[in-house]
Amino acid sequence: MTQNQSDINHKLQKLLAPTLETRTDKRDIFLVPVAAVILALVIGAAIMMATSVAPATILQSFVAMARGSVGSLHAISETLTASVPLVLAGLGIGLAFRAGLFNIGAEGQMVVGGLVAAIVSFSFTDLPLAIHLPLVLIAGLVVGALYAAIAGFLKAATGAHEVISTIMLNLISFRLLDYMLRQPFIQKEGRSDPISKAVLETGELPRILTFVDANLRVHAGLFIMIAAVILVYWLLFKSKLGFAFRVSGENPDAARYAGIRSGVTIVLAMAIAGGLAGLAGANQISGVLGRASPGFSAGIGFDAIAVALLGRSHPVGILLAGLLFGALEAGGRQMQVDAGVSIDMISIIQALIIVFVAAPLLVKQIVPAWLWDRASNNAATPDDEASKPTKDEKGETNV
Amino acid sequence: MSERGFGPSSDQQNTPFRGGVSVIDWRTSISGGVLILLALIIAFLLDTPWENVSTFRISRPRDEWAVGNLVVPSQWFNVIAAVFLAFLGTRLFLKGGGRWTALFLGVGLVVLAITFLVWATSGKAISLTGMMQATVVRAVPIALAAVAGIMCERVAVINIAIEGMLLAGAFAGALFGSLLGGWAGIICAMMIGGLFGLLLAALVITYRVDQIIAGVVINLFVLGLTSYVSSQVFSEFRWLNKATPFRAFKVPVLGDIPLIGPVFFNQNLFVYGALILVTISTYYLFHTRHGLRARAVGEHPRAADTLGINVIKTRYAHVIVAGMVAGFGGAWFTLGSVGRFDENMTFGKGFIGLAAMIFGRWHPLGALAAALVFGFADSLQQKLSILNTPIPSEFLSMAPYIATIVVVAGLVGRARPPAAIGKPYVKD
Repeated sequence: MTQNQSDINHKLQKLLAPTLETRTDKRDIFLVPVAAVILALVIGAAIMMATSVAPATILQSFVAMARGSVGSLHAISETLTASVPLVLAGLGIGLAFRAGLFNIGAEGQMVVGGLVAAIVSFSFTDLPLAIHLPLVLIAGLVVGALYAAIAGFLKAATGAHEVISTIMLNLISFRLLDYMLRQPFIQKEGRSDPISKAVLETGELPRILTFVDANLRVHAGLFIMIAAVILVYWLLFKSKLGFAFRVSGENPDAARYAGIRSGVTIVLAMAIAGGLAGLAGANQISGVLGRASPGFSAGIGFDAIAVALLGRSHPVGILLAGLLFGALEAGGRQMQVDAGVSIDMISIIQALIIVFVAAPLLVKQIVPAWLWDRASNNAATPDDEASKPTKDEKGETNV
Repeated sequence: MSERGFGPSSDQQNTPFRGGVSVIDWRTSISGGVLILLALIIAFLLDTPWENVSTFRISRPRDEWAVGNLVVPSQWFNVIAAVFLAFLGTRLFLKGGGRWTALFLGVGLVVLAITFLVWATSGKAISLTGMMQATVVRAVPIALAAVAGIMCERVAVINIAIEGMLLAGAFAGALFGSLLGGWAGIICAMMIGGLFGLLLAALVITYRVDQIIAGVVINLFVLGLTSYVSSQVFSEFRWLNKATPFRAFKVPVLGDIPLIGPVFFNQNLFVYGALILVTISTYYLFHTRHGLRARAVGEHPRAADTLGINVIKTRYAHVIVAGMVAGFGGAWFTLGSVGRFDENMTFGKGFIGLAAMIFGRWHPLGALAAALVFGFADSLQQKLSILNTPIPSEFLSMAPYIATIVVVAGLVGRARPPAAIGKPYVKD
């Protein structure tokens, strides 16, 4: 009976194999990123060697990287702190991807969102935290959304490609930030350099682990991040709007025939993406930095593009990718301190990871075939167990 | 796993710079509106006392053939410019510009820039020649980036990586220029640029990575690598980042012509190189057999393939050459100016080059003209900060970016990219 059933299962699987790419896909989903990370680290080491860093130092820097990212409670706190804005902005970029839009402007949206959040956070005095903090975050979100909507509107109305317009909006936002930080109502009293007033305590995202150790920087933005992951997942896969986004991304013609208005979809997708990036900016100001200064966005918006690519535009994937990049970021700082290797190494490694993830064919060529097959088989087993536990219990489906 | 997982490989993404949306006649209306807005800006924000004049010096007293100064009554010029722009804008708004929209918009921006200059110099004097010289110099990297973009897009490869190639060229120029001298620096910059062209080509043609993703990744990688080396190595060994820049040299006789001489015939190697490359690429693309083939590959690769053109090889060759052009343009940043590399020193010039490419309708000469407009805006900003105008310098430095957005929004759809752009070619 069981034998018979599993036999039928097996035949069915065989029959459906051409239509179901998911099995091989799943192998690739886990294997390609792992291989990509390893390859990137190897090439990173090669680059360090090429710039005459001693082998011992290279080893030391990898140890420092591990120690600084997951080696202690403090390290984990730093990793999470670095991950929050990456995941938030990455979610926005991933969502825009799904709708067929390439939002390179997360950095600029973070800048304007964070700037306005900073202004709100020190302008309103005597508000309770329960009102002030949400106000700060919402301000960042709304301004980021509006800023991104400019690019969305231009695309919908004129066909201007969002890549160019968002890049230009980025550059504009940097100048705008420099200008605004010198305005008397923003600039800190008694300072001649462009730096904003400090965020009031009621506008700060509270740190959540101060009862363990006052130096742990991880803050309530972590909860916002988790909420955002769930919300974006729901939006993309369970809501009508998300369906419209995905259809427009996969096939604009089909979307048009289905009565989805492409213009509205584009503007909305950009606005949500920008809102999330703006929220990431507000999160940085209110949770980490405590004030706005030139270049406070620190390239997070660009790293978030990589996070979205690595996470394959799936909220859960983006969460994992964001944690990885946050770990690299935190580990990179430790590496710079311990081994004296510049933190720019991290951006090289990040870029390499993306190259390999974006070109799975390339990874398969670099990794020797026998190794690949073995790794695939190994990876397939736990994967099957995870997805079809009942069947594995019944019998010998794995051949 | 196909690349589809990253996001859509849809028509919309495959037709960039055009968009998959149905476009009504928003573009002309927006362009017209922008021109009217510019007219209003000129009329209300840029007025000066009627008796003021703006003085532009053309020759230095010791020049071979000295010419007198150009004196313009500021307010009169302002009024005429405002009326002219309002006329153009209204016409565009009411009647539509047809194929002249690009020209109208371009003229509008130039007129705005000139009026701005007249306003800023009202009651003062500046050297027109010096400014035009700076315009041409600053247009060089933009024009070269645009030519690189055209070489790629004419064979239907989108090259967002130009920014990274410029940066790589600048870096290689500084490093090898310091080690081996200026000429070797240029050659190495071109080779490194070509190498990144090869990388892009391999990623998008052979491995069929989404073209925009591949470009973004190359940009990230180059930025990371150059920043890493400059903070890891250059900070310690300063002599590695100390190249001797190329000096300007004067073409005999031609260099003595007032205005034109100093602007075009008394410049450094990069200016001449850019002008020559623009000429060559124009001739190549539109007057040679190979250029025709390249354009066929960009418009309809299958048809080109049927006729025996090797699509893959053509694309590889053009993307690599484009990388070399961008590498040469990148060397301008170091070997053409101060000889030192700084982190992220290209600062978006590659993207502005792409905008110049669209502005110039995928034609090298048009792109050169567009690059000159951007160069003018750039040098204007520099001059205005000296002239002490009430407008904050940050807003002036935003102007080229805003202009880029206006241009891209106003022109896309009118300016048609090669038909097969962004699509990988798969032979059946």
